[in-house]
Amino acid sequence: MTSIGQSYLKKLSRRNEPYVFLVLLALCLLIEIRSGQFFSSNNLVDISSAMIVPGLFAIGAFMVIVSGGIDVSFPALASLSAYATTKFLLDIQYEGNVFLALVIALAIGALLGAFNGLFIGYFKLPALIVTLGSSSVFKGVMQGALNSKQLTTIPVGMREFGVSSLFIAKNPVSGLTSRMPVAFIALVVVLAIVFVMLKYTMFGRAIYGIGGSEVSAHRAGFRVERTKFIMYILVGMIASLAGIIRTCMMQQNHPTNMLGMEMNIIAGVVLGGTLITGGRGTLLGSMLGTLLIVIVENSLILIGVPTSYKSVFVGALIIVGTGMSAYQVMRMNTEKRTKGRRKEAVR
Amino acid sequence: MGEKLLNALNIDKSFVGVHALNQVNFSLSSGEIHCLAGENGSGKSTLIKVISGVYAPDSGEIEFNGRHYQKMTPIEAINQGIQVIYQDFSVFPNLTVMENLALNSELADKRKWVNWKRIREIAEESVKKINFKVDLDALVGSLSVAEKQMIAISRALMFNTKLIIMDEPTTSLTKKEVHRLFEIILKLKEQGIAILFVSHKLDEVFEISERFTILRNGEIVGTGSTKELDQKKFSYYMTGREFNPSHFIPEHIEKDALFEARNISLEKHLRNISFELHKGEILGITGLLDSGRSELALAMFGAKQIDEGQWYKNGEPVRLDSVRDAIGQNIGYVPEDRLSEGLFLPQSIGDNIIISEIDKLTKLFGVMDKDKKEKEIDHWMKELSVASPLASNACQTLSGGNQQRVVLAKWLACNLDILILNGPTVGVDIGSKHDIHAILQNLARQGLGIIIISDDLPEVLENCSRLLVMKNGEIVANINTSTSDEKTIYSYML
Repeated sequence: MTSIGQSYLKKLSRRNEPYVFLVLLALCLLIEIRSGQFFSSNNLVDISSAMIVPGLFAIGAFMVIVSGGIDVSFPALASLSAYATTKFLLDIQYEGNVFLALVIALAIGALLGAFNGLFIGYFKLPALIVTLGSSSVFKGVMQGALNSKQLTTIPVGMREFGVSSLFIAKNPVSGLTSRMPVAFIALVVVLAIVFVMLKYTMFGRAIYGIGGSEVSAHRAGFRVERTKFIMYILVGMIASLAGIIRTCMMQQNHPTNMLGMEMNIIAGVVLGGTLITGGRGTLLGSMLGTLLIVIVENSLILIGVPTSYKSVFVGALIIVGTGMSAYQVMRMNTEKRTKGRRKEAVR
Repeated sequence: MGEKLLNALNIDKSFVGVHALNQVNFSLSSGEIHCLAGENGSGKSTLIKVISGVYAPDSGEIEFNGRHYQKMTPIEAINQGIQVIYQDFSVFPNLTVMENLALNSELADKRKWVNWKRIREIAEESVKKINFKVDLDALVGSLSVAEKQMIAISRALMFNTKLIIMDEPTTSLTKKEVHRLFEIILKLKEQGIAILFVSHKLDEVFEISERFTILRNGEIVGTGSTKELDQKKFSYYMTGREFNPSHFIPEHIEKDALFEARNISLEKHLRNISFELHKGEILGITGLLDSGRSELALAMFGAKQIDEGQWYKNGEPVRLDSVRDAIGQNIGYVPEDRLSEGLFLPQSIGDNIIISEIDKLTKLFGVMDKDKKEKEIDHWMKELSVASPLASNACQTLSGGNQQRVVLAKWLACNLDILILNGPTVGVDIGSKHDIHAILQNLARQGLGIIIISDDLPEVLENCSRLLVMKNGEIVANINTSTSDEKTIYSYML
């Protein structure tokens, strides 16, 4: 092998994505061997469909973690925004298509995100504490001020959006069919926008910079407060979009049913190699990590693991996965130290 | 020397209750290497911040490059060509070298989009300015301290720079790296760039700078050409105290060895090490970074297990396989990096002092005896004159010298027989350094066996009665310090 190829391979082996990918592949093959159902077209479509909402959440969580923060409020934010939007459109008996719902949800998401961003960015309060608090506030507003109850019907535009599909996959053996929701486009579009933003705009580099060293970012001339503020607004919008899409796909709004998702989402992002202390990680890795968790949650039943054991598997996965990345960081550090020593000796 | 570049007139700056700068006048010419010295809290960082626009002075004015400013904003300072290289270099460890080099100037150009090709070009251009060879795609976090510094310097040169302020640039560099840094500084001088060098290390002040300014309590106490400066004057300016370096003369050394190493070997680091330590003497161990001196220290403290050889204490063979074994033999160790290895920085000073003897300060059922604890803390705060109003303050609020005193207090509280110190005064200012030396000499006179491991030769010459020189894991010389000098010792080290 050429030396360039070797060094590339070495670089690759230091990253987390290949490992996550291998684990993912192994799991998929295991399920396929045991059930013969995994790589069937309808199962793949089902998994893609199940990936939409967690995927969107993960994109937001990823940005926050890269910036050195943490957000545990996004499920509450999404619930509040989706509930308020749906309820409002029902109350005015809106008959139009889904776009108004999306616009309202994005606006509410931006507002609620700005609430987080104000306290974290401008008042410089710790992100965990702020989002724990705002999570409670959002829940309280939804259940208290809006007196939330399960909405069994949703506006017609949202209903139609929820059932419209890009294509339908049919399993030739079992005859089962699965729809690929139009909402999948939302995931792809948001993913593309955030990817370009993080890689090709100074705003995106500021997010990485702040996550690496906030002091350095400040001294370099990044507007740290404003960057954080805007980022939390964007994250609020993405979470809110996920919330309204989930309502559409479920054809009803259950106000509390997204709450508690934050742990698995954050775990997926960290599993994908995003450094929990900020500064490092890739969108690809976060998506792989989230996908891994989605597959474990959805497909264990295919290899005969009872659903009640699901959380055990997810938990084990998180421990092994995060442990692996912690081990890697440790290895890199010792390598660095011995390398430094060796250099000194040569001199 | 070039024309006047910077002129700060009657700068005054107060913070709540503290007069940080008092009518300070300070000037600098193009191409001048100027050293700004002063102990912690003397106001040197405030002065830097005023010059670089971070703080607005309460009164006074700044003239830079012919223009007058009541106050400068940081952006104005950068646009005028003032660059500060902070002690932490302000790099992004998580980003590549390339991005670190280019981000600042891209930001200054108010770019919104990232063009990776242009970033690479900027990076290549900036490293070329000081002939710095580095892999542009490497992560900065994986580089050595010296390399990070080179990145900070190359980055600073991207701004039509006229003045570079370096805040204690040599703190964590090895001798070789310092030398290379100085070469670069001289090269910058040739290009007409003025360097303001903040340091409290005397030898550096002498070696590199042409003029010096020394601050004490917010006032300038000395300024002039470095040629007129000597060790004694420098110490006096810095501290306002006169020091007479006193060579340590042990009063009573016992004949029998307190501690003995016989034929100690450890992997590649140590080979056949034998020496004796007597009660009442201070034994020095010196050598280059890779000589095995640190490994020997860790082995004596049980933190590294030896492969061969035997330790003896009071003539009895002992095992030092773990830190617990060493503490059980009343051996204490003050580590090289007191910040990460010696102290719990966010915890209180008091708790740090008593942590090693915490088992002894309990009542029935292991409940803390509060009175006993307070008494003990009080005693050691006074004994080592730790300068802090409250023992309950966090350790990180202390200056380097005072932190080192806390580490010392921590060990002394355990009634030691042997105290090993690795680089006891690294990063400690002159005043505290003298105090720490005095404390150590006093302890030795009281009968403690002390081992100082240090590459600060004046330090070991002054304080040790005997000196072992290490090279490639072996002891190459056993020197009586009263009849030797730096040059001889250095010749053994290399």
